[in-house]
Amino acid sequence: MATSAGAAHEAADQPATRRIVNDFSIQVATVNGSGSQTANLVLLRSLFQMGVPVSGKNMFPSNIAGLPTWFTIRANKDGYIARKKEVDFLVAMNPETAKEDVLSLHPGQAVLYDEPLKLNALRTDLIFYPVPFDRIVAEVCKDAKLRRLVKNMIYDGVLSRLLGVDMAQMEQALRKQLGKKLKAVELNLGALKAGHAFAAEHLIKQDPYYIEPMDRTAGMILVEGNAAGALGSMMAGVTVVAWYPITPSSSLPETLIAYMRKYRVDKTTGKATFAIVQAEDEIASIGMVIGAGWAGARAMTSTAGPGISLMSEFAGLAYYAEVPGVVFDIQRVGPSTGLPTRTAQGDMLTTATLSHGDTKQILLIPASVEECYTMAIDAFDLAERFQTLVFVMSDLDLGMNTWMSRAFPYPEKPIDRGKLLDAASLRRLGEWGRYQDVDGDGIPYRTVPGDGMAAYFTRGSGHNTKGQYSERPDDYVQNMERLARKFETARSHVPRPDVEDAAGAEIGIVGYGTSHWAIDECRHQLARESEVRTGYLRLRAYPFTEELSAFVDRYERIYVVEQNRDAQMAMLMRMEMRPDQIAKVRSVLHYNGLPIDARSVTDDILVQEGLKARTEVHADVISAGMHAGGE
Amino acid sequence: MPEPTPTAPKKTNRIGLEPQPYRGGKTTLCAGCGHNAISERIIDAFYEMGVDPAQVVKLSGIGCSSKSPAYFLGAAHGFNAVHGRMPSVATGAVLANRRLIAIGVSGDGDTGAIGIGQFVHAMRRNIPMIYIIEDNGCYGLTKGQFSPTADLGSTLKTGVINDLPPLDTCALAIELGASFVARSFSGDKKQLLSILKASLSHRGMCMIDIISPCVTFNDHEGSTKSYAYAKDHDEPLGELNFVPFFEDISVEYDPGTTREVTMHDGSKLLLKKVAEDYDPTDKLAAISLIHETVRRGEFPTGILYIEPDKDDFVTLLDLTAEPLNTLPLDRIRPSREALDEIMESLR
Repeated sequence: MATSAGAAHEAADQPATRRIVNDFSIQVATVNGSGSQTANLVLLRSLFQMGVPVSGKNMFPSNIAGLPTWFTIRANKDGYIARKKEVDFLVAMNPETAKEDVLSLHPGQAVLYDEPLKLNALRTDLIFYPVPFDRIVAEVCKDAKLRRLVKNMIYDGVLSRLLGVDMAQMEQALRKQLGKKLKAVELNLGALKAGHAFAAEHLIKQDPYYIEPMDRTAGMILVEGNAAGALGSMMAGVTVVAWYPITPSSSLPETLIAYMRKYRVDKTTGKATFAIVQAEDEIASIGMVIGAGWAGARAMTSTAGPGISLMSEFAGLAYYAEVPGVVFDIQRVGPSTGLPTRTAQGDMLTTATLSHGDTKQILLIPASVEECYTMAIDAFDLAERFQTLVFVMSDLDLGMNTWMSRAFPYPEKPIDRGKLLDAASLRRLGEWGRYQDVDGDGIPYRTVPGDGMAAYFTRGSGHNTKGQYSERPDDYVQNMERLARKFETARSHVPRPDVEDAAGAEIGIVGYGTSHWAIDECRHQLARESEVRTGYLRLRAYPFTEELSAFVDRYERIYVVEQNRDAQMAMLMRMEMRPDQIAKVRSVLHYNGLPIDARSVTDDILVQEGLKARTEVHADVISAGMHAGGE
Repeated sequence: MPEPTPTAPKKTNRIGLEPQPYRGGKTTLCAGCGHNAISERIIDAFYEMGVDPAQVVKLSGIGCSSKSPAYFLGAAHGFNAVHGRMPSVATGAVLANRRLIAIGVSGDGDTGAIGIGQFVHAMRRNIPMIYIIEDNGCYGLTKGQFSPTADLGSTLKTGVINDLPPLDTCALAIELGASFVARSFSGDKKQLLSILKASLSHRGMCMIDIISPCVTFNDHEGSTKSYAYAKDHDEPLGELNFVPFFEDISVEYDPGTTREVTMHDGSKLLLKKVAEDYDPTDKLAAISLIHETVRRGEFPTGILYIEPDKDDFVTLLDLTAEPLNTLPLDRIRPSREALDEIMESLR
C-alpha cells in the first residue's frame, strides 16, 4: 500500500526539501492504561542515547485506564527542554481525541495515525502516515490478550524509520526500560521491528524532521524529580519517613523505599537503618515527622497541595515549638482536588505562611532534577539548623516527568545537626533555656529525649525562654520577635538565587522552579526575534535573599513568571518591597495545568511591552482537546 | 515542691534515684480532679519500677487531660502536641529512638472525637507505648460539653440528655490490635498502680482507659462518670497482682483460681479468675466480657486483654538495635560507590 493512496494531498505530493534536524516535538496521543508509557520512554531514551538533548512530558488523566493521555517528546539541539507549545509530529492512537488533535495542528505538520481512524479525510494541509496497527500487531503477537500492550511499540518502529532513529539504540533503550522481563522484551522487540519494516516498505518520507547523532548527553542521566528527591533524602541520612499516597508525590517515597532497601539495610545484621511508615493520612504523616524530628531523627514526608492543607495545624506547631522536619510538596493544580495530574506552582503563598497566627516557613525551590537532589540534602541541614520545617517546593512536571541531567555529585559536606546542646556547649553557656537566644541569631539550643541532657516541655501553647507555659504579654512578644530574628538569619543560609544580568537591559525577569526552562528559552526568543534583552533572576528559596532587592533596583520593569493565577510569588515579593519597587512588578502567569512553555512567556512579555497585539497570540494547542478527558 | 528535711535518710529507688525527678510541676487542674490522682499513680509506678525519667517521653494532645504530663516526671522530655494527634507524634518519637519509654496522656474528647483516627491506627500498629485516656465523659476545658464516651441517657449539669451511644475505647482497642488493654478508676489506687506497673513491663500498645471524674462539670446526679456512679458501678475483674522481674518474690497462688501471665521483661502478672473459663489472652472473651458487663449497667475494670508476645511496630519494621537518631554518618549516608552505581543505572 502506498502512502499517497490513503493520504493524497498537496503537501504530500512532493518529497520534503527542508531538513529540520534535532529540533522538533513529537506528541503521542493514546489512551491511558494501554502501555504507551513504555513506548514513549523507549523513544525518549533512544534520542538521549544518540546524544540529542531531549525532554518528555506526560499529560495524563486522573484515572487508571481508558482516558486520553498525551506524551510530548521534544528534541532540541540547543538544549532547550521546556515543553514546546507547537506539535510538529502527531502520533494519533486515541480515537476519542484524534479528530480534535488533528484539527489543532499547524499546516505542514505530520500525523502518524491508526489507519481505521481515517484522519486523512479531515485536512488537506498536513502530512499523513496511515499505519494498520491491528494488522501488524496480529502478525507479531500471537496472544490476543497481549496485543493491546505491545501495539504502541509499533509506532516507535515507524518513527525510527521515518525520523532516522538508530534501531540498535531503540533496542538498547527497550532492554533498559524493561530490564529483566525477557518475554516482554522479546514481544516488544518484535513489534518494534515490524513497525520499522512496515514503514520501510509502505511509507514515503514527506516530513522534514530528522534525528541525527550529537554529543550533548555524554555522561548524563535520565531521571524523574521525585526519584532525585528520594536519592537526595537518602544521601542526607534520612531515618524516619511518614507518607500518605497522593498524586503526584507518591513516587518519591516509593522510590525512596526501593533505594533504602538496597542501600540502607545494615549489611551485617540485615536490619534497617530507617523507618518508613505509610500513615493513615497527611496529618498523621506530619505528626510522625514532628515526633521523630523532636526526638532527634532526620525525618521527612512528601505530599501535594491537599496534604499541605491538612498539615497546616501541625506546621504551625513545628514553627512555634521549633521542631525540625522536611516536607516535599510536589505541587499540582488546585484549589481543592483541582486537576490532580496536572502541574502548577500554586502552593507557594499558602506554604510560605502555612498555619494560623504569624507563621513563616522556609521554602526551597528546585528547578531541575539535580536541585531536587541537592536541595533535599540542604533541606535536612537547614531544618536542623533552624529547628523548623523546610518545604521543598517541587511540582508535577519536575517530579513525575523524565529529565536529563548531569550526574549528581556526592555530598562533600558532613551533615549539620544544628545547635544540639552537649556537655561542652552547656559549659560554655553556663545555663540553658530551651528558647533562649544566646547567640543573637534567634536560634536556641535544643536537647533531645534520651540524650542525657536537661529535659524541657515542648508545647504549642505560649512559653517563655525556659519552655514553661506562659501567657505573659512580654514573654509572647519576645518569643515572636526571636522567631522573626531566626527567620532573618535564615536569609543568609538558604540557597541564593541564580542571577544573569544583561547590561543596558530594561527588563528583568524573575522566575523559579520549573518555569526556569521556559524563561531560559523565552529570553533567547526575545533576543533573537524581537531584539529585547533581559536580565534574569531565578529564586531558589524563601525567605528571599538580598540579591532580589538589588536585582529589582537594576531594572525598569520586572516580570515575575509563575504557574498560578494569583501571582503568588509576586505577592510574597511585594510584602518586602519598597513602593518604588512594587511599581515595577508585572506578572506573566500560566495556569492551564500544562507545563509552561517559552512561546507563551515570550508572547505575554511582548504584549505587555506593547510590541505585540494580544490577538496575535495563539492559544495552547493541547488545551483545545483537553475537555475530551472530562468525566 | 517540699524538700525532704536534711536529717531524714534519703529515700531512693532501685536505680538510686530519689522521688524528686519523678514529680512534676504544681497542678493547675481543679482540686479533686481525677486526673491529679492519675498523675500521682504514674509518679509512684515509674518510681517503684525504677524507670529512668531521662529515657521517658511523655506526650499529650489538647484538653485538661493533656495538661497533666506537666505534673509528673519533670525530668523527662514532654510534648504537648495538637488536639487529637498525640499518637502520631508518639509514633515518630519511638521510631526515632526505640529505647525511649513513651507515655501518652489523652482525654475522651481528644481520643474519641477529634483523635479517633489516630487512635485507631496507633492501636492497629501496636505502637510500643502507654496510652492513657483520662475519661470523664465531657470536655472540661471548654466547660462541660458531652464527649463521645458519655453514656446514652446521661445528663449535663444543665439537664441536657445525651442521646447518642458511647464509644467503648477498650473494646475498640482490643478489636483494633492493642496488645495490653485495661480499664481502671482514678479512685482505685491499688488497682491503677498495679496496671501502670504492669504496663511498664509490656512491649507494645498499652491502652488504659481510666474513669476520672470531672468535679466541676460532670460529677452530678445523672452523670455516669461521677465519683458516686463510678464507685457504685466499678466491677473489678478480680484481684490483680503484679510481681516485677527485679523482685525475687515467689507468690503462692491457686492455679485453679488465678492465672499467671509472664510479661515481656520477665515480670509476672497474677490475675484472679473472674470466671472459670475467662482468659485475658482471648480477644473474643475479653470483648464479650466488656459487652456483658456494660449490659448489666456496670463497667469492668482491670487488665481486660493481654497478648504478651505480639510483635510491636518497631519489631515489625525490623529496625536496627541502636536508636536511629544517633546512628553515625557512615551508617546513614551510602558510600560514593553506591551513588556511582545508582548514577550508572540512570544512564
